[in-house]
Amino acid sequence: MSLNLSLLGQMLTFACFVIFTMKFVWPLITKAMQKREEEIADGLAAAERGQRDLELAKHKVTEMLRDAKLKAAQIADTATKRGVRIIEDAKEQARKEGERLLQIAKGDLEQEKLRAKADLQQEISAIVVAGAAKVLGSKIDEPANSDMINQLIAEVGGE
Amino acid sequence: MSADPSNPTAYIQHHLMNLTWNPDAWRQNYGDFFTFNMDTLFFSVILGVGFLIFFRLAAKKATPGVPGKLQNLVEVLVLFVDGLVKETFHGKSKLIAPLALTIFVWVFLMNFMDLIPVDLLPSIGTAIGVHNLRVVPTTDLNLTFGLSITVFILVLFYNIKIKGPIGYFKELACHPFGPWLFMVNLPLAIVHEISKPLSLALRLFGNLYAGELIFILIALLPWWMQWIPGSMWAIFHILIITLQAFIFMMLTIVYLSMAHESH
Repeated sequence: MSLNLSLLGQMLTFACFVIFTMKFVWPLITKAMQKREEEIADGLAAAERGQRDLELAKHKVTEMLRDAKLKAAQIADTATKRGVRIIEDAKEQARKEGERLLQIAKGDLEQEKLRAKADLQQEISAIVVAGAAKVLGSKIDEPANSDMINQLIAEVGGE
Repeated sequence: MSADPSNPTAYIQHHLMNLTWNPDAWRQNYGDFFTFNMDTLFFSVILGVGFLIFFRLAAKKATPGVPGKLQNLVEVLVLFVDGLVKETFHGKSKLIAPLALTIFVWVFLMNFMDLIPVDLLPSIGTAIGVHNLRVVPTTDLNLTFGLSITVFILVLFYNIKIKGPIGYFKELACHPFGPWLFMVNLPLAIVHEISKPLSLALRLFGNLYAGELIFILIALLPWWMQWIPGSMWAIFHILIITLQAFIFMMLTIVYLSMAHESH
């Protein structure tokens, strides 16, 4: 029960234990815990950043979608307009073509008419000459009278 | 000389006898002080080394990733001690926290020997030829004083290191009554300082010694009723041993932070 040399032995033992803990136990454990703390903090920060990025991306996606819709609508609009214009153009062209054809046909008709008229004049003058010759009983000097006859015919034909 | 419950006095005395090693040559030349309490030294060293191996293993495998069970347990203790030290001690010291951890776990383990049935290890000792065995190292004044004097040396060391020898002397001489009454202050302060290791050692010793004694007394009861007071006292003792280890650690932290702070 009394104090003896064990006291010194215990003090020495105690000192050794404390030094061991101080050198080989405590720093390792606290370092690991500190590192974990940092990693957790980093992870939380990264998660937050990720969330923010996600939010941003969502916004971007919405914007892009809106843009795309707008563009699509514009494209459709232009296409419709162009279609209408093409149809208009084609109609116009067709109309013009038709008119041209009509014009040509009209020209032909006129020509035909003129030719027929000329033929008719010729025939009528021949008939008139023949008729007159018969009435006068003699031959009319064709070259001398043809001017007068032609005038007559022209008067008749001009009606 | 084995334990004999039929003779209570001898039984109790036997249980409180240390296994000593005191060569005759030493005793003749130097007296009784040159004695080693082999049982105290043996159990305290075994428990301390066990504690260190356990913690060293955990520290070596300590990873910042997901901790294992061993690491978890050690981390809980380290966090607990670290929190207490940070609350109390506002400087920077590489020593105090590991010191506190060592004290807490080591003292706890030594106190825990109290919960092993009082006759178990002594009986085994008798069987292998060891006739006296006290298994609870903290019931030996040599151990508790060994701890508290070491702590006290640290307290003195830091007092002198931080405040300087003159500063420390001034602090002792000028409180609590001011510098003109230093003749009164000085003895008071010295008693106050010396009471620190004394109270540390005696508190731990007294609690554990009394606890052990009560276990021995319970062991003297008839076998069929031992379990009632035995289990009650054991359960209560789980609290005592933890509390005593905690108090020893806490007071060490407090004394050392007082040594770091000047008034």
